[in-house]
Amino acid sequence: MTAALVPLVVLLPLLGAASALILGRHRRAQMLVSTAVLAAVVVIASVLLAVVDAGEPIAVNVGAWPAPFGIVLVVDRLSAIMLLVSAIVLLVVLVYAVGQGVADRHRETPVSIFHPSYLILSAGVFNAFIAGDLFNLYVGFEILLSASYVLLTLGGTGERIRAGVTYIIVSLVSSLFFLSAIALIYGATGTANIAQLSVRIGALPENVQLILHLLLLIAFGIKAAVFPLSFWLPDSYPTAPAPVTAVFAGLLTKVGVYAIIRTETVIFSEQDLSLLLMVIGGLTMVIGILGALTQADIKRLLSFTLVSHIGYMIFGIALGTQLGMAATIYYVVHHITVQTTLFLTTGLIERFGGATSINRLAGLLKASPFLAILFFIPALNLGGIPPFSGFLGKAGLFLAGGEQAAADPATAWLVWVVIAAGAITSLITLYALTRFWNMAFWRGREELDGYESVLLGSVLEAPEGATVTATKTTPRLMVAATTVLVVVTVLLTVFAGPLFGLADRAAADLVDPSSYVSLVFPGGVQ
Amino acid sequence: MTGSLTLVVLMAVMFGAGISIMLERSLTRVLIGFLLVGNAVNVLIYLMSGAPGLAPILGEGVDPDEISDPLPQAFVLTAIVINLGITAFMLALIYRSWWLAQLGAKGDLIDDEEEDLHDAEEAADLIRISAADDAAIQEIIEASDEEPDEDLEFEASARDRADGDDRTDREADR
Repeated sequence: MTAALVPLVVLLPLLGAASALILGRHRRAQMLVSTAVLAAVVVIASVLLAVVDAGEPIAVNVGAWPAPFGIVLVVDRLSAIMLLVSAIVLLVVLVYAVGQGVADRHRETPVSIFHPSYLILSAGVFNAFIAGDLFNLYVGFEILLSASYVLLTLGGTGERIRAGVTYIIVSLVSSLFFLSAIALIYGATGTANIAQLSVRIGALPENVQLILHLLLLIAFGIKAAVFPLSFWLPDSYPTAPAPVTAVFAGLLTKVGVYAIIRTETVIFSEQDLSLLLMVIGGLTMVIGILGALTQADIKRLLSFTLVSHIGYMIFGIALGTQLGMAATIYYVVHHITVQTTLFLTTGLIERFGGATSINRLAGLLKASPFLAILFFIPALNLGGIPPFSGFLGKAGLFLAGGEQAAADPATAWLVWVVIAAGAITSLITLYALTRFWNMAFWRGREELDGYESVLLGSVLEAPEGATVTATKTTPRLMVAATTVLVVVTVLLTVFAGPLFGLADRAAADLVDPSSYVSLVFPGGVQ
Repeated sequence: MTGSLTLVVLMAVMFGAGISIMLERSLTRVLIGFLLVGNAVNVLIYLMSGAPGLAPILGEGVDPDEISDPLPQAFVLTAIVINLGITAFMLALIYRSWWLAQLGAKGDLIDDEEEDLHDAEEAADLIRISAADDAAIQEIIEASDEEPDEDLEFEASARDRADGDDRTDREADR
């Protein structure tokens, strides 16, 4: 019964996209369709999570073709968690986008294209989370990427085309890497089924394994924006419309992280690249956050913190222990919601204050105390201030790191170095965000002209942030959507105990790849 | 596993040529490079099916060991369809980019950062000038809308009464 629900999470958004395209001229009907579809997916994902967490993971053979010949859709705890979180975030951002579209009907936001592309993007994200074989994962990636190309270049202004070209070419290269990796893996093992690969890959010579492993990591690393493959992200995300940037920042990089988790835990569970991943994780944190320090534009600043915080997840994956994985899953959930919330709030700030640069914003606290709260809570959360979920996630990761260091004295120094890097990164994130808070919200409007401050000393004016746009009205719907997400981030803190328990159970599945294999092949596999 | 050497050489040449073209600055060439590399990957997938055999249709009297591996062919078909869609989108993007760049007569080359900055300043100047013009026009329109009679009198008294009517007509035309 519940197995029939699994394909629906992909099918419903695709059908919704088709009807939204047909209803292109009827704005209201279009909004209704896309909201209803995503709301339905939220319900389905909650049901799936409840069923799966009760101890019944689901594997569906599409079209009744037995695995490994047909397409397998797998929903275990990790997939169900990712499905539910992404569905909630997608729904809230859609409501935000509807609010924005209703408020300004001008040529830069052609809403009739927005809704179908957005639903196709959702279908791609959901498909990637439940894909049971590598080629289906590739198709999921391509669906979400194609939709993201359209969303990023929405309106076709010069700035967006320029940013879009970088993004598209980098994504294409990463897809080519992924496809080549699939071809070589298929050539070496004769299968693309993830569960079967988990069994077969160990029989390959060590060097061949290493090449295949690295090819996959490069492909997913570009998507997850891991240093040194992260250069494209701060250049391309900030120019898109606020809701699009929010969804991209929150979800698309996490799809890459999810793929890396599967690669490390199921496919190459026997080969250990944890040292490499740990070094990369540490570098991603530090270099990303140093980039954020020099940014005056809040959108670019947040893009750099996004890159930096991917490092925490890579660190957790590198640890490979159950506690490390549990903390990583909790951190992924936390980061999806918080990063999306911050970008949504930035959209509100841009409309309300007329700019996104700290050199041009001032006096927002007095002008709109509520907006200040909406920014302040997720900002503290991202910076890792107790008791918020950002602190809990980082504490979990550091705890797992400490355990790992105690268990393996040979690499203990590296673990401690990365933990130190993580702590420093957290503090610098806090510094960058409170600086924005001080400038944009705290200082008075009258101080704006000729303002000199130590805080502004290191800040460069970004080329994109140069023009001051006119202020616009902030519709209630946009504020309401942002408020809902802020509440969700607070709930992640309030219900941290049960959530961490859930993440821990999901991690228990991950550290034991045989559970994944026996789920797809109940009768065993060669 | 056996494979055709011709296909391996073809794949290598397409990879090499495609990657070198992708490094060019012109977007059209980048697209051509992407197409070459994409097809090189397709050839790679096809190579992975091993030695060619019979058509992969199971029927009476067909030995499953004699037929080609159908799965890589399905992979290649899917990849071709995806590449087709992406290429169509890229062409539209390149056309748009070319169209936008026509203003600066730069063709479809990717802009440098500095040129971008310069363009942004120019655009900002243009917007400021046109905004000032708009404001001036708006003032005139509002002035003529609200109190046309007073305006007329003012104009007339400021100038010689003889050509007063003439002036207001021209003002209205503007």
